[in-house]
Amino acid sequence: MTQEALVLYTIEFVYLIASVLFIFSLHWMSSPATARRGVFAGEIGMLLAVCGTLLHRDIVEWKYIVAALVLGSIIGIPLGKVQMTAVPQRTALSHAFGALCVTLVGTAEFYLQSPNISPFMMVVLAMEVILGSLTFTGSLMAAGKLQEILPQRPITYKGQNIVNLVFMLIAVGSAGYLVVHPGATHLFPLMVFIPLIIGVLMIIPIGGADMPTVISLLNSYAGLSAAAMGFVLNNKLLIIAGALDGSSGFILSVIMSKAMNRSFSNVLFGAFGQVQASAAATGEQKTARSATAEEAASILSAANKVVVVPGYGMAVAQAQHKVREMYDALTKKGVEVKFAIHPVAGRMPGHMNVLLAEADVPYDRLIEMDEINGDFAQTDVALIIGANDVTNPAARTDASSPIFGMPILDVDKARTVMVIKRGMSPGFAGIDNPLYYDDKTLMLFGDAKAFVGNIVRELSGGGH
Amino acid sequence: MPSNLIESLYIFMLAGFVGFLVIRRVSPLLHTPLMSLTNALDAIAVVGAIVLAGEHKSTFATVLGTIAVVAATVNIVGGFIITDRMLKMFKSSRPTK
Repeated sequence: MTQEALVLYTIEFVYLIASVLFIFSLHWMSSPATARRGVFAGEIGMLLAVCGTLLHRDIVEWKYIVAALVLGSIIGIPLGKVQMTAVPQRTALSHAFGALCVTLVGTAEFYLQSPNISPFMMVVLAMEVILGSLTFTGSLMAAGKLQEILPQRPITYKGQNIVNLVFMLIAVGSAGYLVVHPGATHLFPLMVFIPLIIGVLMIIPIGGADMPTVISLLNSYAGLSAAAMGFVLNNKLLIIAGALDGSSGFILSVIMSKAMNRSFSNVLFGAFGQVQASAAATGEQKTARSATAEEAASILSAANKVVVVPGYGMAVAQAQHKVREMYDALTKKGVEVKFAIHPVAGRMPGHMNVLLAEADVPYDRLIEMDEINGDFAQTDVALIIGANDVTNPAARTDASSPIFGMPILDVDKARTVMVIKRGMSPGFAGIDNPLYYDDKTLMLFGDAKAFVGNIVRELSGGGH
Repeated sequence: MPSNLIESLYIFMLAGFVGFLVIRRVSPLLHTPLMSLTNALDAIAVVGAIVLAGEHKSTFATVLGTIAVVAATVNIVGGFIITDRMLKMFKSSRPTK
């Protein structure tokens, strides 16, 4: 065996080990008890793969690689240490970085290999670049919306879908031409820049509540573009990692779309976020009852079972630590407290779990929707903090409601419902929530953090 | 179609299947860290970028490759750090072990 062949085999073998470690890494994510081991396996796999790659005989110039690795680490460390409330935008930003890497490599490969590119190779290369660049700008837009640099409300205009479709056709059309004529280098920029525009247009009509689905979908796109890059470079490790990431994002978007009662094709084609203002207002004056923190505290401490339903409002108000204090105070009084987590509560999959875990709420108290829904009938108080549409009983009962059919948390089956809310304004979908006018509902008006803080003070000082 | 592309398609299909089975078992509790972990793993694209930046075939390719290495490294470093930070926070109320 020549030395060159030996190096190649070594690299392939290292990649094989890294692939196994990556699969184990995701396998161990199945439970919180083993999840950190999963991260460790991923890190070792990554380290092996990078070191193996550095053995590559084609590498003649080291200084740029080293400089880029150092610079990337310098930017990466602060991005790994952001506040937990900033995790959704950080995740969107990292999808953008991943897509940027893939797009740049694909572009460079095209100009290095053109015009000697086989049709099949060109198809994969086009997929890599188109998916990569639309994910890049799309993720930047999503991050901008989540960081509230860009307006969060959806922007819609007439003919939006047609405009997007025309752009998509131009991109796919130029890709098709390149498949037949891989020497047409002047067309390639079109294939990069048009999807950049599509990425922006795709996210413009997205509202905040749709973000969990969108982030998952962008995650899937990023993975698929990386897998396409693996095809182009004939790198099996990259194909495997890309396929794992792609299927992960795909599964998450399916879970999210089911939780919002969206059809599957609706997600695939990125047609989310149509806000329908409901014209269902009946005109009759409905009244809601409100209560003070003192009253809320005495009802809570008299209860046996309390279920807290957190939503994006809790994240915005950063109320999670106060909520934990309330959990502690109630637990000390012998009240059983659980948390009901709707899959699309917050701005990304699992958002509420991370915030509550950050506040030291034990994870076995965080219960998924399907598991907790049966418990509401035996629950004394359901306390809703900054959630709205996911608790709206109209989804079950009112066939004319835009959210009809969406799985919700059955809070209305609890004996008493308390809702902490800034005012009576409807949620993201613009849909009135009949729950607020129910006889057993008490509205607790105020900022989530301040109000929960007041409840905690009443609980600990009140001496019931 | 060259044979290595067919081989790649098989690998993609099998890896997608493995991904599907493995990810379906991940508890919804951990969906956020799952996403940041897969994101970090996805940054394995850095291996392609490293070769591109180092093989010095054209200035254009070297520049794009170098930027690509930076972008991927950001995801590797940042992704693993934040995933581990998140997972560290998940504690059970039942004392384990």
